[in-house]
Amino acid sequence: MIPSPFDYAAPTTVAQALDLLADAGDDVKVLAGGQSLIPVMKLRMADPTMVVDLGRISELTGVTDDGDSLLIGAMTPHHVIAKDLLIATYAPLLAQAAATVADPQVRHRGTLGGALVHADPAGDMPAPVLALDATLVVAGPHGERSIAAADFFQGYFTTAVQEGEILTHIRIPKYVGWGSHYEKFTRVAQQWSIVAVAAMVRVEGGAIAAARIGLTNMASTPLRARGVEAALAGCALEADAIATACAQAADGTEPASDLNGDAAYRRHLSQVLTKRAVLSAAGL
Amino acid sequence: MASSKTITVEVDDVSYTDDVEPRLLLVQYLRERLGKTGTLIGCDTTNCGACTVHLDGVSVKSCTMFAVQADGHQVTTIEGMATDGKLAPLQEAFHQCHALQCGFCTPGMIMQSASLLKENPHPSEAEIRDGLEGNLCRCTGYQNIVAAVKSVADGVEYGDSGVSASLEDAQNAGVS
Ligand SMILES: Cc1cc2nc3c(=O)[nH]c(=O)nc-3n(C[C@H](O)[C@H](O)[C@H](O)COP(=O)(O)OP(=O)(O)OC[C@H]3O[C@@H](n4cnc5c(N)ncnc54)[C@H](O)[C@@H]3O)c2cc1C
Ligand code: FES
Ligand code: FES
Repeated sequence: MIPSPFDYAAPTTVAQALDLLADAGDDVKVLAGGQSLIPVMKLRMADPTMVVDLGRISELTGVTDDGDSLLIGAMTPHHVIAKDLLIATYAPLLAQAAATVADPQVRHRGTLGGALVHADPAGDMPAPVLALDATLVVAGPHGERSIAAADFFQGYFTTAVQEGEILTHIRIPKYVGWGSHYEKFTRVAQQWSIVAVAAMVRVEGGAIAAARIGLTNMASTPLRARGVEAALAGCALEADAIATACAQAADGTEPASDLNGDAAYRRHLSQVLTKRAVLSAAGL
Repeated sequence: MASSKTITVEVDDVSYTDDVEPRLLLVQYLRERLGKTGTLIGCDTTNCGACTVHLDGVSVKSCTMFAVQADGHQVTTIEGMATDGKLAPLQEAFHQCHALQCGFCTPGMIMQSASLLKENPHPSEAEIRDGLEGNLCRCTGYQNIVAAVKSVADGVEYGDSGVSASLEDAQNAGVS
């Protein structure tokens, strides 16, 4: 399958990329790892006349220690996220989720930024980013703006990134003293999540002091399970009490029905997987 | 009409400079421009792994990359795995462990196995299966593929089976 013809530019700085986007008009697409965009272009579901490849902008790749947060370049590929030492130390949830994306070849090319802007409801990176209370840094013709993860995911395959803008960095607060776990449910290897749960738990004095729960594929956007979070705050470190708190996981969700499962099945999965994720994050 | 781009790519240790349309996929460039038909197209949808090659030493699916993205980079295909006419250890192991039947998945399997062993020289059986999750085989049931990769990780010496790694020899023998 061959995409429609397009012009191609590979800028080496963000400033050049923004200029190219501004000049190219409506029919332009940003290319990151290409692991979602190229398949879509081959199917001709996207047929941009201009493609701006971010692959040669070195300032967009890598993980840096920035005081009380980590700054991750949007072009950092999944396989680096999965193995990076800073991420393993301060945000292991992100590493664990990245290791479940697709297969090794796709993880070598696909990027964190691409996965977030693509915003597939079944994508594995948005829910952890939401649970980690990350901030997304976006550059555009009028400068840079920072968007809280809670405001970034706006709908089905839709984010706060506007035409002419580029997601440049993901800022994640350093988490010390938290446990985390990403629990992904799939049918076979190399599969998108049917449902998955990203859990962050802080245990203090034999009880859960705080919890943050992100849900994958339970609506058109990733969701926080705020009811579960509230019920877990102060909850005893005990399986039955945690299970009771996690029974609210499906509240306020709007999961789709498809060949992998109907909405009722997904609601049930969300409760079971939230319990598993929280137990594991709490070290039980 | 979209304009073409000049790219320079090192493929299997030889440098090539070519004009390509930006929409040309890397796998088409390898097969149709360079004649390197050892890299196969199975699904053309990023699922089967038959098109796996190395880009700067790591595995990628060449049906999901444009040739222009490889400009200035190094590509290794299955045709660059043998040295001095001798099969690479993984190729020899696939041959001797009977890790193929029709052979369609084999180039991709070997390229992905090589990438896996580079990242994890001593994988467990489970890690080999995980590492090959992006490569599909319709024939073997995977048992002997996993055994072949494990044997190379375990340092099994196969010696030289005498199978020629040369394309001309294969063509002369009526295999193509
Ligand atoms: C076989 C297969 C299986 C997969 N399985 C999974 C899975 O299990 N879980 C999962 O989460 N994902 C999965 N993926 C998708 C994978 O995670 C992709 O890497 C990801 O969705 C897109 O990242 P990318 O870097 O390849 O982006 P691209 O494909 O290059 O871009 C995706 C979209 O985002 C835009 N974009 C990219 N980067 C930026 C940026 N910095 N600023 C502005 N816009 C940008 C592009 O214009 C495009 O619209 C799978 C993909 C394949 C092919
Ligand atoms: S042909 Fe590329 S993955 Fe199947
Ligand atoms: S040997 Fe036939 S597909 Fe693997």
